[in-house]
Amino acid sequence: MKQYTYYPGCSAHATAIGLGLSVEAVAKPLDMELIELEDWTCCGSTPYGSLDELESIVVAARNLALAEKTGLDLVTPCSSCYVTLNRADIQLEDHPHLLAQVNEALAVSNLEYHRNLRIRHLVDVLVNDITPEVIATKVKRSLHGLKVAPYYGCQLVRPHFGTDDTEFPQSLDRLVECLGTEAVYFPLKARCCGGALIISEEDLALGLIRKLLDNALENGAQCITTPCPLCQTNLDAYQSRVNSKFKTHYNLPVLFITQLIGLALDIDPVALGLKTNIVSPGAMLNYIDNHTPSYHSSLKLN
Amino acid sequence: MASQMEYPPRKIIAMIRAGMRDEVLSSNSMWFCLSCHLCGCRCPQKVKPTELAHALESLATQYGYRIKRTRTPAMYHSFVDSIKDNGRVHEFGMMFRFYLRTNPLAALKMLPIGLKLLLHGRMPLTLKKVKGKEDLSRIIQKFRESRGT
Repeated sequence: MKQYTYYPGCSAHATAIGLGLSVEAVAKPLDMELIELEDWTCCGSTPYGSLDELESIVVAARNLALAEKTGLDLVTPCSSCYVTLNRADIQLEDHPHLLAQVNEALAVSNLEYHRNLRIRHLVDVLVNDITPEVIATKVKRSLHGLKVAPYYGCQLVRPHFGTDDTEFPQSLDRLVECLGTEAVYFPLKARCCGGALIISEEDLALGLIRKLLDNALENGAQCITTPCPLCQTNLDAYQSRVNSKFKTHYNLPVLFITQLIGLALDIDPVALGLKTNIVSPGAMLNYIDNHTPSYHSSLKLN
Repeated sequence: MASQMEYPPRKIIAMIRAGMRDEVLSSNSMWFCLSCHLCGCRCPQKVKPTELAHALESLATQYGYRIKRTRTPAMYHSFVDSIKDNGRVHEFGMMFRFYLRTNPLAALKMLPIGLKLLLHGRMPLTLKKVKGKEDLSRIIQKFRESRGT
């Protein structure tokens, strides 16, 4: 069993509770022990860095210092946390005087950061540590025949903290395909969904979401999958808003990648948080049921 | 998003070089950056417009410029206030602050989505107390003292 320090991020306990639940549900069957970072605070995300670049680094650094003490890699399923924590780490590498200043502040809580920590995205861990080949051996019900659009969003691949391509990445495709599902051609797979600007500039963001839904659907996707809590919320919760603004009829379920993996591991859909998805994945679950019967029970959300 | 910017990115850079400080810092341009990092990843000269946008936003905030024709600064402030008050982001509280700051009536338009999130268990109305909150406040306070802000 591989051990990691786990940083869920704020969303995984709230708007993206489906992410938090499904990560916890699949961890053990995939031989990962995720030990939640004790007493973690928000990474600061894009808003903090936008309003006060320097102060946002000390906000992120508190978590980095706590995580470093555990001696394990820090793993987050949230693409925004992943970028924010990594950016802070790189700033501290580039500017030693800032590291000294940050450590002076951290010292009031007896913390110190030495820049001796790997900050990783859960998708990186699943692809490079656990590996799709091993995940394939754990699949209890192949999702063969299901067509999935793997949606990376921005921050999983940009700016470049991992090894995947920044515009035509493959890591999520490999995870989708090891479950037996087909990763459909999806040229917009790493384009932006509008991010947090869905709140402040909704009309503009709805246009971006529409393009993504349209691109997935025209390539035959039965669902979209993503690791990112903000992308999932935008594509899922705002889908009805896209429909009313553009007079469209999208009804495309958007699953967290860990929810999709969980279905292939034959984990109860409710335990995977599928009841928290706004666009009901009911029809998709029926499709899976008809094509690949479960060993245990049929997939019901109620 | 460039269509909504008062000055597109290349013009902003030219204006900075021309010393047009007030025009740049009071514009809405950088607030329309989505932080998608696509431009920076494509630039053959390794220019990082996303970093530039964040720097300009930080300067505009530091010097108290009032930004019109965008609600993004109000959203960012609501988000950061929520972190400072709770140690973590409380999304319901953040939205509440945002609509108070901008247009409380517009919250009515958000009601259907808010209700859907609530009914699907995705919008907790309260936040569990975060132990690290006071710790974070002390660290930020100390950092400010050493920066002299």
